[in-house]
Amino acid sequence: MDFLASADWWRAFFRWAHVIAGVMWIGHLWYFNFTQTPTVPKIPAEMRPAVVRYILPEALFWFRWGAMFTLIFGLILAWLNGYLFQAIGLGIGGYGPRVTSIGWGMWLGAIMWFNVWFLIWPNQKKVIGLTSATPDEVNAARRIAGLASRVNTMLSIPMLYAMVFAPHYYGGMQ
Amino acid sequence: MEALLNNLWATVAAGFVLTIVLAIVIRVMS
Repeated sequence: MDFLASADWWRAFFRWAHVIAGVMWIGHLWYFNFTQTPTVPKIPAEMRPAVVRYILPEALFWFRWGAMFTLIFGLILAWLNGYLFQAIGLGIGGYGPRVTSIGWGMWLGAIMWFNVWFLIWPNQKKVIGLTSATPDEVNAARRIAGLASRVNTMLSIPMLYAMVFAPHYYGGMQ
Repeated sequence: MEALLNNLWATVAAGFVLTIVLAIVIRVMS
């Protein structure tokens, strides 16, 4: 069990945990945007409740908690790597392109996390009936949640560039 | 903006455009 005393082991562990949670999150985000949203209008009306009542609540559970743990593990990882505050400051002050890049990824990821917990989830609660709402309110909630989800799909591409492509291109990960 | 976001492939294309912008920003900042 000597490895538990190794800082390298914990850095690797939290990177692994961060990526697992991130796949859970972004996997569901892309499921919503690439599969569910385009397909639901093609489903006969009498079959749609199967999606809204059974699949959607379950998918939203893994989606929002994936987002939460991606953020938590990512902050721990950046702390262990010694660049948490430098990255939040976008590497300004001469910390190099890797820290600048990770910092941009952190900010994009943080915006996406905010969208999940403060726009998508509260509005989806109205759609799946956890929060009482009139039909008009449900339609408005569906629109806001859908737009926030699309924004996150758009941001996921530069976020992954900043988190994955750029740090490796600029000389490997710490 | 809403018209763009309502189109999945326009959203994805916008994501790649933002990526190019971000790549330049990271390059300039570093």
